[in-house]
Amino acid sequence: MPLLKSVDSKSSAASVAFRLKGGLFPLTLLEIAHYNCAEFEQQLQSKAAEAPVFFQQTPVVLSFEEFNGDIGALPLSELVAICKSHGLLPVALRNSNTALQAQAKLLDLAIMPVGRVKAAPEEQAPVAEEAPQTAVPVTEQPAEFSHSPSRIVTTPIRSGQQVYAPGGDLIIMASVSAGAEVLADGNIHIYGALRGRALAGVRGDTSARIFCQSLEAELVSIAGNFKVDEDLRNNHWKAAVQASLDEQTLYITPLV
Amino acid sequence: MAKIIVVTSGKGGVGKTTTSAAISSGIAMRGHKTVVIDFDIGLRNLDIIMNCERRVVYDFVNVINGEANLRQALIKDKRAENLYILPASQTRDKDALTVEGVERILNELAADGFEYIICDSPAGIEHGAFMAMYFADLAIVVANPEVSSVRDSDRILGILQSKSRRAEKGERVEECLLLTRYNPERVAKGEMLGVTDVEEILATKLLGVIPESETVLKASNQGIPVIHDTESPAGQAYSDAVSRLLGEEVEHRFMSVEQKGLFQRLFRRSA
Ligand SMILES: Nc1ncnc2c1ncn2[C@@H]1O[C@H](COP(=O)(O)OP(=O)(O)OP(=O)(O)O)[C@@H](O)[C@H]1O
Ligand SMILES: [Mg+2]
Repeated sequence: MPLLKSVDSKSSAASVAFRLKGGLFPLTLLEIAHYNCAEFEQQLQSKAAEAPVFFQQTPVVLSFEEFNGDIGALPLSELVAICKSHGLLPVALRNSNTALQAQAKLLDLAIMPVGRVKAAPEEQAPVAEEAPQTAVPVTEQPAEFSHSPSRIVTTPIRSGQQVYAPGGDLIIMASVSAGAEVLADGNIHIYGALRGRALAGVRGDTSARIFCQSLEAELVSIAGNFKVDEDLRNNHWKAAVQASLDEQTLYITPLV
Repeated sequence: MAKIIVVTSGKGGVGKTTTSAAISSGIAMRGHKTVVIDFDIGLRNLDIIMNCERRVVYDFVNVINGEANLRQALIKDKRAENLYILPASQTRDKDALTVEGVERILNELAADGFEYIICDSPAGIEHGAFMAMYFADLAIVVANPEVSSVRDSDRILGILQSKSRRAEKGERVEECLLLTRYNPERVAKGEMLGVTDVEEILATKLLGVIPESETVLKASNQGIPVIHDTESPAGQAYSDAVSRLLGEEVEHRFMSVEQKGLFQRLFRRSA
């Protein structure tokens, strides 16, 4: 997926119309274990309900590495249509077979080479824990980042605003207002009050955590496991806390 | 260079127009050439509060559309020497305001030597409010001490710092909070949010606290901006706010019950 960089339309005819540039984008893999139309749609729907922000025309790579069943018989166009109707935009296929690749061609999906992704986690072992299988190098160019960057915000996040740190941590050096939403693929650190919604590990990283100086949140979620206001009010309300996940249970513990 | 100040709030009826009239009058009375523009197209109430509704011939939209020039549309205030009013149109709809049109007028006003341009925003977060805030250097966010108003102000601050021209250029719009219709007694009873609560939630600089006062309604019915009523707490509080806007350090008042009580006693005795 080369990034096409448009040039100024006023420039002379002799100038280049585009440039091919290397880029490294985090892409989510949708690892399909088995496929049944109704079941797939129902599960996707409930995932989308948990993290609606993530399901907004988000590009995904369909992966069939762990697929159980006759992969050649898979109705790919139906699967793609279900994804699209829930805000996921399949852009490529990985670990498929020739029959599926033929279908992919008809659907204008790219074919990702096998293996390249799997090599990545070993190369960057300590960091890979943060966002497993999400960084998909999209060109032959050397990677621009060897680890996921953090995003630092120094101003308050106001009601109606949404801030997302794709592929890394989100650090906010102010408060998050009621009606605001902060999201990160990694951890979220808030050096202020959390009055809105905070969702860490939105791409499924269960080891992600949320830290804040004062817990007054509307919702706290890690990898889709969440607690809302009413559940939160009962303990450590307005205290400095961290939220972490253990076996699908979200724990709120005070920071000492 | 002219300083463009928007008076905005999100929520309606919190005191934006009252504030625009008071602040623009106050700045002008300190000797600065000032214009106050009514961005509330279709409603028009700034000119009533300023008591010039019968002098409106051309309006803001006429100037934007080139149907009149600024000189024809600007109304000179009868009380404050350096103050001019650019009234809103009552007949057009708010889509008559365009970014290019508004920018042209603001540039013309600056070229004309206006030092302060006060923009009275309509309520809401729609086109009219957006036009009023887009070119602002400073925003006075007006809020009442209640949750819904504070929430809307927070929302407006977010929009201001992400959608305004300054934000687009990677700069920040200077922001400050004006808490109006403040009633210390009701705060003490827990019926309203206190100053510190609001300051903490909005995390922004406090320009002033304007007490709830009957003199405000009386003043607007008479068409005299309340800042001219130097006896009333609201007028005094607006005057303090103007001083702070102009860089003076003035201690906040009218925030506690004691002071309010004292004023009421004085008021009763003299009545
Ligand atoms: N400090 C105050 N004490 C008492 N009444 C006040 C005070 N400030 C404003 N008011 C009253 O509140 C009402 C609304 O004020 P104003 O028109 O200034 O609000 P606004 O924010 O401009 O409203 P809109 O959103 O409709 O433009 C008016 O009746 C006004 O007299
Ligand atoms: Mg108004």
